[in-house]
Amino acid sequence: MIHYVLRRLFGIIPTLIIIITLSFFIIRLAPGSPFSSERNLPPAVIANLEKKIHLDEPLILQYLRYLGDVLRGDLGYSTKHTDFTINEFIVRSLPVSLTLGVAALTLALVTGVTFGVMAALRRNTLLDHGLMALSILGISVPMFVIGPLLQLFFSVYLGWLPTAGWISSRSGGLTLILPILTLSVTDFAYIARLTRTSVLEILRSDFIRTARAKGLPERDIIFKHTLRGALLPVLSFLGPAFANIVTGSVVVESIFDIPGMGRFFVNSALNRDYFMIMATVIVYAVILLVANLVVDIIYAIMDPRVVYE
Amino acid sequence: MKTIIHVVLGLTLLTLVSCGGTRADFIISNESEPQSLDPHLIEGVPEHRINLALFEGLMGIDPKTAEAVPGVAESYTVSADGTVYTFKLRDAVWSDGVPITAETVVKSWLRCLNPQTASPYAWFPATFIKGAQDYLDGKAGPENVAIRAIDEKTFEMTLVGPFPYVLGALSHYAFAIVPIHAIEKYGKDWIKPENFVGNGPFVLKEWIPQESIFVVKNPRYWDKDKVFLESIQFLPTEDQNSAYTMYLKGEVDWVTKVPVDLISEARKRPDYQSFPILGTYYYILNLKVPPLNDVRVRQALAKAINRTELTEKVSQGGEVPAYSMVPPMTGYPGIQKIKEDVEEAKNLLAQAGFPNGKGFPALKLLYNTADNHKKIAEYIQQQWKVNLGINVELENQEWKTYLESRDRGQFQIARAGWVGDYQDPNTFLDMFITNSGGNDGNYSNRQFDELIAKAARMPPGPERFKVLEEAETKFIFEDMGVIPIYFYAVNQMIDLTKWEGWYPNVMDFHPWKGLRRK
Repeated sequence: MIHYVLRRLFGIIPTLIIIITLSFFIIRLAPGSPFSSERNLPPAVIANLEKKIHLDEPLILQYLRYLGDVLRGDLGYSTKHTDFTINEFIVRSLPVSLTLGVAALTLALVTGVTFGVMAALRRNTLLDHGLMALSILGISVPMFVIGPLLQLFFSVYLGWLPTAGWISSRSGGLTLILPILTLSVTDFAYIARLTRTSVLEILRSDFIRTARAKGLPERDIIFKHTLRGALLPVLSFLGPAFANIVTGSVVVESIFDIPGMGRFFVNSALNRDYFMIMATVIVYAVILLVANLVVDIIYAIMDPRVVYE
Repeated sequence: MKTIIHVVLGLTLLTLVSCGGTRADFIISNESEPQSLDPHLIEGVPEHRINLALFEGLMGIDPKTAEAVPGVAESYTVSADGTVYTFKLRDAVWSDGVPITAETVVKSWLRCLNPQTASPYAWFPATFIKGAQDYLDGKAGPENVAIRAIDEKTFEMTLVGPFPYVLGALSHYAFAIVPIHAIEKYGKDWIKPENFVGNGPFVLKEWIPQESIFVVKNPRYWDKDKVFLESIQFLPTEDQNSAYTMYLKGEVDWVTKVPVDLISEARKRPDYQSFPILGTYYYILNLKVPPLNDVRVRQALAKAINRTELTEKVSQGGEVPAYSMVPPMTGYPGIQKIKEDVEEAKNLLAQAGFPNGKGFPALKLLYNTADNHKKIAEYIQQQWKVNLGINVELENQEWKTYLESRDRGQFQIARAGWVGDYQDPNTFLDMFITNSGGNDGNYSNRQFDELIAKAARMPPGPERFKVLEEAETKFIFEDMGVIPIYFYAVNQMIDLTKWEGWYPNVMDFHPWKGLRRK
């Protein structure tokens, strides 16, 4: 097992280098530059701006330099927001997205699994249909609709919660509730549907019939025997979902004015903020690779059929 | 399962108990996170609003007219030929108590012009000050820039020409006075709250990137008795709908952009502020592409658009139909306007060899991806189709790609917008001289170039405006170098029954000094 984990961890490094290399060159293919603007800057100014971040060097040299910087843990400067280093930005914004993402995913997991199991156990009842209709709604209604609706209802109409903002500067922890709710809806819906399907499948399997025949109490059948197997598909879903949700959601972060990482993804690409794009790609890649590894390990623990060598 | 729920609930409650800070006297939803707080490294409108709180140049801004009022300079004199300005500085100090001297002004402006600073707005002082362009271009040293400190409190600048609008420009951040002593001490980090030194009505107290910028009253500001707010908070709210919702709930006091879809609703409210600004929305025609190189075709295109309907039914943000490039401006007579006339447009097109649009090549109309540009382009596409019988294909590109296409001349017709840098017709005209940076359609008319150059050498007054008017008439009425569509308007929310000292003005400049709760 330890051998396997180590091997996978080492496997992350070449994958990362490939990702960095591809992204580095693909970004440079996009037309425009970080310094293009409506009023063209004097050539001398452009030259100095480019010199500052070595854009005047041959691309391959820039690439090697960047790789070296990344190895030393230096992600460079943003060309758009020049007062902070990218490291400073990530250090501030990643925890924000993490907090939000972990909370939303936990909420989605708890409610999704609960509702999924309930629906499966009361199959084809009103409860089942109701819950599944709700989850269809969750999958199909986009966050940019849910978010503003929640804002209008809870903050404007009822006046219970702040509209937007983040804990430290404005309305305290209450401000977390709406973004967490919004962010969790889609994952909740997926998890509920996944859980329902796989619980139903397991309930139909031979070992459950055996358990019932032996006269085990229904509670044990569900919680000890069914859930363990039924949660495996949910678990595989969680890896990528975790990476997605903790690196921030552009939509939720801009609706709720949250200083997370998600906004960097889109804005840096639009601004041709080369090093910021690279930084977001790297952070995302690392989290995705590690999350997948963790999921695989938990898989091995939960599913005795899986053997790693 | 129950325990998990309990743990989650417990943790949630624990977070909720932690509370936020105190509310600022005034909160503004400022559209986006600033590029920087360093006045020489910024170029946007949100940055300008913060800059107005933290720094003050030789001149300040009148909140009603947006014209220049004394700032760090107490008074000034102008030489007879209008090119040498001598400023008398008042006894102003930095927020750390260090006095602001004429030498500080010299060093500050040189910092902006220094090609090493790579200031995005350095071109601005460079267009005014003698020797500045050469320094910026790296062709000459800083000693050639015609600014100097005569004594501790007297500063002198020599201009390239007698630009009457230079005073208005001096409140701009490109002419900012910056604390050289603090910059030398802290380097790049001088702008962080712990090191911050400024000379505006407010000082930086807290800056959480992407979250909030909190400024408090500067007790050392020379005119502190006219500063009534104790604190201002700038929020980088990017989502305009959220900003509007926050305003409705009283979480912010000023929303600087009402989303287009909500304007019809907002308009019913007394706290909705909509006013025209000095800005023109226009279409650039690539004059190298046939048949756009034929002036009759350009005139036909310009005359076949119903701008009133466009602004009332399509853009709907209080914009004003534009029949000239320069928006209405005090003292400027304005040119003979473009006349909308479908019949005449048809005739012109026929004369150019395209009767009823027959044989007219399918041109592409380029715009940067945005809902309002799309709606406008669709409307104009429709107008040209119905009125002239010609087909135009719409093409949208995201911002930077669009800029590159424009810059390289890879377009036929392109959407553009320009907001004046100062209150003078020149800011809308001088970018169209031959080979100028903003002249993407390659407009070139020697007479126009000469008139612009002539106006630049003239003293202020109606004579000078006449020359500019003549230039604009050539550019728009005769040559139809670009097609003006409308003059911009801004749509904002601020309750003026609650706040006083805030006025709509054509530059959309709103200084913080003088703003107070009624």
